[in-house]
Amino acid sequence: MLLRSTLDDFNAHYATTMIELARHHGIDAAHSLPDCNQEQPLRALACAAKAFALVRRLRPQVVVSTGAAPGFFCILAGRLFGARTLWIDSVANQEKLSLSGWLALHVAHECWTQWPQLADGERLRFKGAVL
Amino acid sequence: MILVAVGMQLGFDRLIAAMDRLAPALGMPVIAQTGKGTLVPQHMETRPTLSATEFEALVKQARVVVGHAGIGTILTASRQNKPIVIMPRQAALREHRNDHQLATIRGLAGRPGILIAQDETELAVRIEEALALGEWSPSQSPTVRDLHAALARFIADGPSQGRRGG
Repeated sequence: MLLRSTLDDFNAHYATTMIELARHHGIDAAHSLPDCNQEQPLRALACAAKAFALVRRLRPQVVVSTGAAPGFFCILAGRLFGARTLWIDSVANQEKLSLSGWLALHVAHECWTQWPQLADGERLRFKGAVL
Repeated sequence: MILVAVGMQLGFDRLIAAMDRLAPALGMPVIAQTGKGTLVPQHMETRPTLSATEFEALVKQARVVVGHAGIGTILTASRQNKPIVIMPRQAALREHRNDHQLATIRGLAGRPGILIAQDETELAVRIEEALALGEWSPSQSPTVRDLHAALARFIADGPSQGRRGG
């Protein structure tokens, strides 16, 4: 939400696990994804399938995600369908990169952390933060 | 109005007690979300639990938020353009299972709109500073402007590091 002011300068669609929150904030171009995490493999599979179907339907030029697992699946799908992909690890992850962020390091075109001490100067960069 | 928030997971009686002592001198209503705390304030309106929408509505009405150093609370204040005074929970005082919040305040030191009270003795002066900030926006923070600019460049121009194969 804190990146909306920039995202809305472009033709942005939002994939979210909290569709009511999106509507509450007046986002019309919002698409629902089921929530999932590494502990529930079947739910993760269902989430991945929905993410792929969504990206295939929308054919975005760019996919940006701050995580977590559903966001990672959108990044993966984005790669497969030719989008430029950007992972911005959540500002809540101050001590180390999240698991989905670590996976994104190997998949996304660019991967950013919001804490300078986590950047390695190569694959994981610091470009600022939402705070 | 000043809103005090300690999160829903744990109480934070040290912060609530300190704010209860300060409240009469602040000259405006103070509402305290006390979570699982046991202390009952005498000088603040008490709300043990708040739904997400209720919390957002109170933040919207507040001039300043005073909270534990939890990222969720800090982000909520930031989304509503409110300055926040944060005081870290300490594991040594059994306020949290680790000193993650001490790391959080170290990491956020110097960020505009986020004022740090190391302990309860610094609350009064930080609240005064927060009230003096007046109209505040996260875009006053250089790190925020940097991220927005980098994001806009990525979307408009493509990745700066060159493309990966495949």
